[in-house]
Amino acid sequence: MTRFEFMDCRQLIQILGLRADDEQELADLLAEVPQDSVYHHTHGHFLRHGFVGAPYPNDFATWAVTQVRDRALGERLAVVSPLDHPTLEDLRQEILDILDDHLSRLNIVPRVIFGEPFEFIQSRVVEVPTGIEAGSLAEFRTGLATVPASAIYFHAIESARRLPHTQTDFTVWLREGLGMPVLASAVGRLDPYAGSLERLRTEIVRLCDAALVGEADASVRGGEVGVQP
Amino acid sequence: MKNTGLAAYRDVAPPGTVEFLSRLGEKVRGRTFRHINSTRQGGGVAEILMRLVPLMNDLGVRADWEVLEGTSEFFRVTKAFHNALQGEEQVITEEMYQDYLDCNQHNATRLDLQADLVMIHDPQPAALVLRREPGSAWVWRCHIDVSRPQRRVWTFLRRYVEQFDAAIFSLPAFAQRLPIPQFLVYPSIDPLSDKNRDLPEAEVAGILHRLEIPRDKPILLQVSRFDRFKDPVGVINAYRLVKRRTDCRLVLAGGGAIDDPEGKLVLAEVREAAGQDADIHVLELPPDAHLEINALQRAAAVVLQKSTREGFGLTVAEAMWKAKPVIGGAVGGITAQLLYDVTGYTVHSVEGAAYRTLFLLHNPEAAIRIGRIAREHVRRHFLITRHLAEYLMLLHELTA
Repeated sequence: MTRFEFMDCRQLIQILGLRADDEQELADLLAEVPQDSVYHHTHGHFLRHGFVGAPYPNDFATWAVTQVRDRALGERLAVVSPLDHPTLEDLRQEILDILDDHLSRLNIVPRVIFGEPFEFIQSRVVEVPTGIEAGSLAEFRTGLATVPASAIYFHAIESARRLPHTQTDFTVWLREGLGMPVLASAVGRLDPYAGSLERLRTEIVRLCDAALVGEADASVRGGEVGVQP
Repeated sequence: MKNTGLAAYRDVAPPGTVEFLSRLGEKVRGRTFRHINSTRQGGGVAEILMRLVPLMNDLGVRADWEVLEGTSEFFRVTKAFHNALQGEEQVITEEMYQDYLDCNQHNATRLDLQADLVMIHDPQPAALVLRREPGSAWVWRCHIDVSRPQRRVWTFLRRYVEQFDAAIFSLPAFAQRLPIPQFLVYPSIDPLSDKNRDLPEAEVAGILHRLEIPRDKPILLQVSRFDRFKDPVGVINAYRLVKRRTDCRLVLAGGGAIDDPEGKLVLAEVREAAGQDADIHVLELPPDAHLEINALQRAAAVVLQKSTREGFGLTVAEAMWKAKPVIGGAVGGITAQLLYDVTGYTVHSVEGAAYRTLFLLHNPEAAIRIGRIAREHVRRHFLITRHLAEYLMLLHELTA
């Protein structure tokens, strides 16, 4: 069986030199920026706001609310979940549609007056091993509880970009490495965008704990291992 | 400085940071990283390189730091460049451009320019790139705001900047559009330096006693050069609004007035604005007064940085690291440090500064909450360990 190697990561941030002072410019630039930038402002957000949480779960919504003071747009953008949009192009289009619809209902284009413009950026993720590995569910659970939150980001969010069919490093290893498809499915159903990385960690640990209890029970009964779907 | 190696940062950096750096160091072990700037002493760049270079070597990177040699004329020219790039109107003659190029050419023959990564800090050594050797990655690290430069000077400098492999800016707003990749790296503070390390209360008390600052009432503090963009007179006006309702002292601590004619002028204005008020203390500190600044920040109830124009404004992070509530002007890097009502307050006016000062003096729970979160914000985003990680990631990415 392949051991699971926990990796840590950091973002190296790249400035694109594109900035929007109003919501129309935001839409125009969003339509043309690289996908990496769309990803950074919607997914990468979680790695940058670990301790001081941002008010909304993506940079577009946060900018609308905190800099333009347009709560209505912020609210609409806040509920856009990357989970509902399997590709970054779908996600980009959804945000553009919301922006277009919002602007079509207004007589003016809301703009920054005392706030700051929206700066489009993108990032490269550099990963390194943490030195923590797991060969069993118990070791996985211990490692999960120990690693920095940025490692949770790397395996639960960043890896979904590398892997097909919304899989993550965690779900692949639980299914294929440990042979625990039920637990893998349960972890896969968690919404990583609904809360913080720490909350996600807590949820996965809770599922592991339930599976470990199931494992212990099964070893007594000789039954099936895993949490209930 | 009591600290030495990377291990000393284990207790102050976010959990896992030292391990991350060690593992990252393994990826770039043995590669060479040469910094080149224009001064060994004085200023934020030298201050941070003094610490970053030994830490890079600790991690197995063969890092060193070279300094440009120049005549006083060269430094007069580059001072004019510096001001022009930050938007001040300057007269730059053809002869001055030639002096700049001659000095860079002289240094190109003197310095070893061969390294896996050569990082050129600021405009002074930028033309060294003309002598870059194959096999090296060259990065221009710009510490100043070049977003609204005097066009002719930027056009001159740009032709050199474009020959680098990448540029680094301290804020997206400080950058120019360039045909090379541009990275964002915030500057940082060293939590173990004399300016930021923990100080026992007795030492704080001793230093304040020596500076003749009584601690009988809350202290409002601004630490900055005597420069109009730091708005020291605005701070005095804000203090006066506060003083009407709450007794307090104001300490304006800064340097830069000795060799700087404009600094002398501003200092005179500040003294005039302070008048005979015994509760306003105007301190002229030497550039190495790190412990004094540390003690003043620790003794303050509220720290202000009411700039009207600012670079990054790391004095804000210094005070935040001491868990102090900070009120800053909504300009430059201050807005990256002070997240409104979370890690501090940004304001746009004297009245705003006065209102938030009163709020913090009368709501000690809020001041404590903000100070605590501010310290954690600095721990995660503005410590030298994050800065080090980003430079090593660049080394990894650009020299892979």
